[in-house]
Amino acid sequence: MNAALTQNSPVHDTVVEEADARAVVEGRSSSQPEPPARGRFETGESVFRTILWASAIGMVVLLGGILLTLIIQSFPAIKEFGLAFVYSTNWDPVAGEFGALPFLAGTLITSFLAIIISTPFSLAISLFLGEYFREGFLSSFMRSMIELLAGIPSVIYGFWALFYLVPLIRSFQMQFNIPPYGVGILAASAILAVMIIPYSASIAREVISMVPWGLKEAAYSLGSTRFEVVKKIVIPYARSGIFAGMILALGRALGETMAVTMVIGNRNRLTFDIFSPANTMASVIANEFTEATGDLYLASLIEIGLLLFVVSMITNIIGKEVIKRLSRN
Amino acid sequence: MTNRFRGSSFISAVLAASFIFTGLAHGAKDELLGAGATFPYPLYSKMFDVYHKKTGVEINYQSIGSGGGIRQLQNQTVDFGATDAFMNEEELKKSSEILHIPTCLGAVVITYNIPGSPQLRMSSDVVADIYLGKINTWNDPRIQKLNPDTKLPKMKIVLVHRSDGSGTTFIFTDYLSKVSENWKSKVGRGKSVKWPTGLGAKGNEGVSGLVKQLPGSIGYCELAYTIQNKMPRAVLKNAAGNFVEPTLESTSNAAAGKIPPDTRVSLTNTDAEQGYPIAGFTWIILYREQNYGSRNKEHAQTLVDMLWWMTHEGQKFTKPLDYAPLPQPAVDAAESILKDVTYNGKTVLK
Repeated sequence: MNAALTQNSPVHDTVVEEADARAVVEGRSSSQPEPPARGRFETGESVFRTILWASAIGMVVLLGGILLTLIIQSFPAIKEFGLAFVYSTNWDPVAGEFGALPFLAGTLITSFLAIIISTPFSLAISLFLGEYFREGFLSSFMRSMIELLAGIPSVIYGFWALFYLVPLIRSFQMQFNIPPYGVGILAASAILAVMIIPYSASIAREVISMVPWGLKEAAYSLGSTRFEVVKKIVIPYARSGIFAGMILALGRALGETMAVTMVIGNRNRLTFDIFSPANTMASVIANEFTEATGDLYLASLIEIGLLLFVVSMITNIIGKEVIKRLSRN
Repeated sequence: MTNRFRGSSFISAVLAASFIFTGLAHGAKDELLGAGATFPYPLYSKMFDVYHKKTGVEINYQSIGSGGGIRQLQNQTVDFGATDAFMNEEELKKSSEILHIPTCLGAVVITYNIPGSPQLRMSSDVVADIYLGKINTWNDPRIQKLNPDTKLPKMKIVLVHRSDGSGTTFIFTDYLSKVSENWKSKVGRGKSVKWPTGLGAKGNEGVSGLVKQLPGSIGYCELAYTIQNKMPRAVLKNAAGNFVEPTLESTSNAAAGKIPPDTRVSLTNTDAEQGYPIAGFTWIILYREQNYGSRNKEHAQTLVDMLWWMTHEGQKFTKPLDYAPLPQPAVDAAESILKDVTYNGKTVLK
């Protein structure tokens, strides 16, 4: 049961059909009809199979192609700087010296901070909609509102952050005698947190609503309160799915460009101070790509793209591993 | 039956005629492709629109940035490129000879956000030291000395610069490199540089937006943008020792001195008496020898005629759009460069 659940934990889809979810809960092997074995069905069957194969292989080829293009295009920079590109903090287009550490750190700090900020909210939302108020007008209204949040273009989030969030952070900074820039890592992480909530919340809600009634009823019959049921049954049972939602949200945060560029302050220095301006990998590419002249400069920007690709891949692999462990226990 | 036949033959005759005419019109009226700088885009689209109505020549200009304009010309995908920073020797070596035609001037203005928005006077060393982070409060004695009548606030200076690569940054850092040895050795000039300090914002609108929001901030923007948005503008002391307000006239004045024949010159820190010190040309670039790819002589003729018009009659569209027109020496230089454009080694311009 548990294994079936994880196999189908919607790592890639934000919205999972209700029917699918039910099929998982009921066990799907019994309801699948046997395919007809002979006649014209067979050709249809083979065509369909070929299409499936082709699209599956096509995806893999595409992914490989993107990776290959990035490597080829960034080769001049790889040759020139080697591994130093990853740990050097110097980004000087005039001198032709490039190091990506400030951007690498900026991307990781803003994204993980965004996950930390958003998780309590997305967990609360998913419990509210997946456990407490599963049905009714209010529930479905709120659910669609949250899914709507995922559809807002990031430039609009950026505007909102610039005109509302940044002054708010600035007034806070003034009270505590921190240089009142407003823009910086905190502003970027906060807007990222808002942007990724729909992703983690809708997946967590899906898995929370799939926790079997039997388990919960058993806990109630032993005298548990609702809070205890949530704490001891629902969250432990759904934890791998909740984590999968967080990984998907992290992927979104790592690659976000526009909204981050608008509020991060675009300072190409390594910093760990959340109130200080910084820059991210996606943001520096968006900023400098159009006017980058010189092969080494261009190659360095593309190598940052490659680095971003690799970072997203690594976080995804680690995430999958953690999900596997969580569901095994 | 006959009626019907007549009718249909009439229709087909009209159709045939219309095809022939559109074919002729298309053959006669050329289309030019250009790409490059975003800074002169509003001016160019006005000029190209007027030119299209006047001559029927359609000009398709993509404002993808100066770097992109240079790359597209090098790949021979466009008839002309446009750039805010002239191509350096290394870039020029990559292809056959490329010519620079100046089309107008732009200036970079220092804007700020301090209470009461007084008009401040600044000298080159003060601007450089502010951007180097050496002067970091508004009531610094060096700023106060230049502005004896202004009560300057005791505020920290927050620096704002462009985060995206841009010609505006190039002109500004070119100026700083000329007036400050320290800047030249530590930072240098470029479309993107390693800023010693400060916040980055995307585009003129990003910089001005941040400056408006942040009390005590200072930033640099294009002249046209600051005029249209009525932002405070610093008066700068030029190389001749005069305090010059950034205006279209003082920007044009920056090019009033001597101009080299190829016009590839930086006008920052100009010697001109009344010239504003942070100004520069923006150029259209094209190949000197126009017989490349599958281009015919008429196409080359259309291009050169259009550029002649832009540097002469077209100049009247500069001021209404807040661009500084070319002064006479620059127009003269453009004329002699256009006379150099050839097709199979023969001068194109009639």
